[in-house]
Amino acid sequence: MGALAELAGDEKNGEGSRTFVFTNEGHTLGNALKTIIARYPEVDFCGYTIPHPTEQKLHFRIQSHRDRAIDILKRGLEDLEGLCDHTIVTFEKEMSNFNAVKVENT
Amino acid sequence: MASTKRQQPLLYMEEYRVKQDPQDYGLADDVFTIDSFKENLQISIVKNDEEGLEFDLIGVYPAIANAFRRLMLSDVPSMAIEKVYIYNNTSIIQDEVLAHRMGLLPLRADPRLFAYRTEESTEAGTEQDTLEYELKVKCTRRRDAGKDQSNFDDIYKNHKVYSGHLKWLPKGKQAQIYSESAVNCIHDDILIAQLRPGHELDLRLVAVKGLGRDHAKFSPVATATYRLLPQITLNREVSGKDAYLLQSCFSPGVIGIDENETAYVKDARYDTCSRNVYRYPQLNEAVTLARVRDHYIFSIESVGALKPDVIFLEAVKVLKKKCRAFIDEIESE
Repeated sequence: MGALAELAGDEKNGEGSRTFVFTNEGHTLGNALKTIIARYPEVDFCGYTIPHPTEQKLHFRIQSHRDRAIDILKRGLEDLEGLCDHTIVTFEKEMSNFNAVKVENT
Repeated sequence: MASTKRQQPLLYMEEYRVKQDPQDYGLADDVFTIDSFKENLQISIVKNDEEGLEFDLIGVYPAIANAFRRLMLSDVPSMAIEKVYIYNNTSIIQDEVLAHRMGLLPLRADPRLFAYRTEESTEAGTEQDTLEYELKVKCTRRRDAGKDQSNFDDIYKNHKVYSGHLKWLPKGKQAQIYSESAVNCIHDDILIAQLRPGHELDLRLVAVKGLGRDHAKFSPVATATYRLLPQITLNREVSGKDAYLLQSCFSPGVIGIDENETAYVKDARYDTCSRNVYRYPQLNEAVTLARVRDHYIFSIESVGALKPDVIFLEAVKVLKKKCRAFIDEIESE
């Protein structure tokens, strides 16, 4: 069973509007992903909700006039992944710089 | 950092409200591209010692900074005692309270070397996913104690049970892989229970790998927080008695006073942003208090199993893995 599903009811609205359901995810992924996807120029609306606090489910809504919602979601996830990669590289670089300076001073 | 002068988005802290710059749209109109993110991101390590790690994360959205904080608290795994088999407990502390206390003991074992228990796992667990300990303590009266002695340390033996009494029971080949000091309790002076002669504890403890969202005992950090960088500017010269009054309105070391008894901003970084200045009418308009909206000062204190910088990196990797898993799922459809 996958952790990603689609909510029914958007079949008439074209491929641009979808609500995705993430299981076992919460505000951590939802809000981070939302801030990225909401800032794509072709996205009209992006928002997320956790319908019930005791259900480990995240409803993630994307509406676009141009692209398929699933493609936008994929691009958002890829961008967030790239963001993580860059943060890791930058942090490791700064950490080794910091340690090198510390060794010099002692 | 002064060499790369950025346009700093400020949040002004006025007496009765928090205000943004008139031309500041709160990053909402930005277009996100990964290249612009790479251009804006800056990290600088400020402090890394026994007390914890402090670093600046500059140029990110609040949701990203908050995601990293949340991940460190609840999605980075660590090892903790999950099951307590009580063979004998004649102390006055109840079984369930004792079991809860054991669960909260911080263990030094590196969670990256262990696997999660799955639903198929047996009760006993394997050497890859389980650490076992025993706690066998019996309190006795000291024979050599005189009648006139009243100090418990002199008349009782083992009347205080400490985390140092915990003994590791290696499973399978664990003894060849780990040393006792690498898996034991981080502190050996945590008081677990107090006993009296005749009281006895005989427990077997099973530690597994888990996540902070399941129980706080699995959280690898004591605290992981961020705050925005404060910025204080003086609008006019403040000198004499008022300079000392101004100094007393801020955290120690924030406002300095030079030889002419004139106040200057020495280091705004460690101000608590109390806004005490606004209590004094004569200082009210002399200062502008603000915070830099995209400059996050992270401070991470580890429980002890992992170094704080490792915890941050692990947190970012967890987010990356989450993304990867969903991308793979989309692609496979």
